[in-house]
Amino acid sequence: MELTNERDTAQCDARDRALLQAVEDGLPLVPRPFAELGARLGMTEGEVMARFWMLQNLGVIKRFGVVVRHHELGYRANAMVVWDIPDERVHDIGQQLGSFAFVTLCYRRPRRLPVWPYNLFTMIHGRDREQVLARVEELVQTCGLGDIAHDVLFSQRRFKQRGARYGSGGESAVGRSREAGAS
Amino acid sequence: MTANVALLLSAIDRHLLDDYQHNFPLDPQPFATIAEQLGTDEAKVIERLEYLQRIGALSRVGPVLRPNRVGASTLAALAVPAGRIEAVAAQVSAFPEVNHNYEREHEYNLWFVVTARDRTSVDRVLADIAAATGLTPLDLPMLEDYFIDLGFALKWS
Repeated sequence: MELTNERDTAQCDARDRALLQAVEDGLPLVPRPFAELGARLGMTEGEVMARFWMLQNLGVIKRFGVVVRHHELGYRANAMVVWDIPDERVHDIGQQLGSFAFVTLCYRRPRRLPVWPYNLFTMIHGRDREQVLARVEELVQTCGLGDIAHDVLFSQRRFKQRGARYGSGGESAVGRSREAGAS
Repeated sequence: MTANVALLLSAIDRHLLDDYQHNFPLDPQPFATIAEQLGTDEAKVIERLEYLQRIGALSRVGPVLRPNRVGASTLAALAVPAGRIEAVAAQVSAFPEVNHNYEREHEYNLWFVVTARDRTSVDRVLADIAAATGLTPLDLPMLEDYFIDLGFALKWS
């Protein structure tokens, strides 16, 4: 996927943005949630559902469903594991690492030399630190990354965690996302 | 909520958390559909979702957006001197454009995501954070996403 896809973004119109803003804190937990959302926005239930369908088909919505909080469910350890992969190999290795079930995010990001040499970011959750470290070792062994520099950044305190609000500076927000960082 | 709430979950709760990260029914009465699939009734499903939200196991039911399709975002990090981490974290969290904000074990010890309507707004927030804290953020926008989000399979122990 490219950094931005202007065509898809352009296909997301003002009513889509209003809808995504209205659902930032989730669907209302009522028998007809789409009708309820629509009532707030002057849309019919059918229009709300059709727009969610379309946004999902366009790839603007990555998935639609239950969003759990890992930490509260006993996944106490999470680490951002960062790798310095040669540019010509980063795409292939990224796809490999992203396919492991315990890797919950896998992004390429820019290096910021000299202070930051790492260009591939993976998020790994586990019940404790030992499990996370064992999973890192499994990635190294399985993918032949023994000669690749990496670093394991365990999370300590969580100061803030919520869905994204895109409307900055008081302008209308347009949705929620899950960048890396955690969850 | 920091207690391990897995101990407080019923069988229906676990199905709700595990089975509907992807297969959530986009139909007019989704909770009735789920109830039918789980052999219970709509009111019960709604009641359990409210409960799960209250105890912190459930963040929300709704869409998860792909980064940078609507608006712009970046992952940023600060190398905060020992002794200032709490104060700087509070300064950073105070920005409405900051969602996740974590302390991590590294010289760059404060990691957060900035999300705004466009890249110009993201740049402005990073500059404001630099001005407020006197620290220069690393700006690490996503270039490529290799992850196929299959939700998160919960292994109940």
